[in-house]
Amino acid sequence: MAESAVITDRRLEREAAKRRQHRRGQAIAAVSTVVVIGGLATWILTSPGWPEVRETFFSWSIFKDAFPEVLEGFWLDVKVFLVCEVAILIVGLIVALVRTSRSPAFFPLRLLGVVYVDLFRGFPTIMLVYLVGFGVPALKLSGLPTDPVVLGGIALTLSYSAYVAEVYRAGIGSVHRGQRDAALAVGLTDNQAMRHVILPQAVRRVAPPLLNDFVALQKDVALISILGPQEAFRIAQIIQYETFNFTPLIAAALLYLAVTIPLARVVDRIGGGPEGAVR
Amino acid sequence: MSAAAPPVASSTPVLEIRGVTKAFGERQVLRGIDLAVTEHRAVALIGASGSGKSTLLRCIDLLEEIDDGDVFLDGEVITDPTVKPVAVRRKLGVVFQAYNLFPHMTALQNVVLGEMRAHGAPRAEAEERGRSLLARFGLEGREGDRPDNLSGGQQQRVAIARAFAGKPRALLLDEVTSALDPELVGEVLAAVRDLKAEGMTMVIATHEMSFAREVADEVAFLHDGQIIESGPPQKVLEAPEREETKRFLRRLLEAGRI
Repeated sequence: MAESAVITDRRLEREAAKRRQHRRGQAIAAVSTVVVIGGLATWILTSPGWPEVRETFFSWSIFKDAFPEVLEGFWLDVKVFLVCEVAILIVGLIVALVRTSRSPAFFPLRLLGVVYVDLFRGFPTIMLVYLVGFGVPALKLSGLPTDPVVLGGIALTLSYSAYVAEVYRAGIGSVHRGQRDAALAVGLTDNQAMRHVILPQAVRRVAPPLLNDFVALQKDVALISILGPQEAFRIAQIIQYETFNFTPLIAAALLYLAVTIPLARVVDRIGGGPEGAVR
Repeated sequence: MSAAAPPVASSTPVLEIRGVTKAFGERQVLRGIDLAVTEHRAVALIGASGSGKSTLLRCIDLLEEIDDGDVFLDGEVITDPTVKPVAVRRKLGVVFQAYNLFPHMTALQNVVLGEMRAHGAPRAEAEERGRSLLARFGLEGREGDRPDNLSGGQQQRVAIARAFAGKPRALLLDEVTSALDPELVGEVLAAVRDLKAEGMTMVIATHEMSFAREVADEVAFLHDGQIIESGPPQKVLEAPEREETKRFLRRLLEAGRI
């Protein structure tokens, strides 16, 4: 349309003005970044205690020694995290579906769902880890797991599924009711409408809040160490006790970040816009 | 048009509504509706917003439960609490004002979902029919597009194809052009005209009086939850008897909608 338009002086003037504005904006951003970050850095780095803090938290030599051990422990975190994440997605979905179902036959299950979410969302996760980790083996019933890693995983799954069920439920509730009408109008049953029309839209919308819960879960995996298993944070702590230095904890933190940051980018990509648009 | 239509199989109306009432809480929306639609005929429901047109259509498709009265489909009662709504809905098609397409599915997937899941058609068969339906409504080449890549008029034509794909006994059209930009209304009305020419039985809630006059065999004027005047379009739209009908038509005329 406009490609044949003559470039007028006025247009050049406008473009030059816009370029000037843009350059000024960039200059302001650069200066304020230098001032803020530089100021903060100077403030900390020139503080009287900085040399000591640097040695206690950011000691390169201790980092180098501790990192391989912490990394080894981190694989346990990753394993527990991955298995729990899948279990939580499934258990949470089942609880959400039970809670949103309308069938009268599901009434007792719905009640159970409400009680479950109320209780397990309220309990501190650490208490659940103690309860399941020490309480279940103490029952001395045969057939129940006794491996502390498995018990810790079960405790985390119980705790997080309650949160995730509510996230799913919010997603299901956010799908416009016209979608259900249209699904029923083409002859689908309630269950088919949920499966083919409502859930696919709901799940896309809740991907970002689900990620929130998984980032939190990833950090809470460290709680299983109170049952004995040596995962990254626990190993870092042991080295900390040995060296009287906090650097190993920083090493563990970096490993956590190495998982959560890429996860966030993946969800940004699949989560889509505010409408949970499908692209 | 009706003279050329296939012979009427029986005198039983496809849809019959008897004394239907419906209230939402304190608000009485339908106050005893009687209406019969025989095969191959189209009835236009006209009336102000809030007069109960949409609610009536939703009640027929069992998306709302009625309080009193009954609705019959091919002579069988469908509003009895013991009747399974799913079986009834599979015999009816609905087109909604806001299209209500499934945004996570392509145009073709929207059209074939009901056929495959509700009617158990094999995928290949459903898709072949879906493609030909989309082509029929001028959407050839758009099968793979998602609703947000289609114009309002195209979306509504997909919705019409979707409603028609289940080979319904009757189509219920709820203000299918009210959400459209004026220049897109024509293409959707053409699709409806096409279905009417094929002999589809229809109940059409509409604000398009010229369209009602052209396509409908009967016009029913809803006022305050009751059909207070009905008959051939020429009569109801051009020589209405009731004061309320005259007032409604006059308002539309003043708004430039006729």
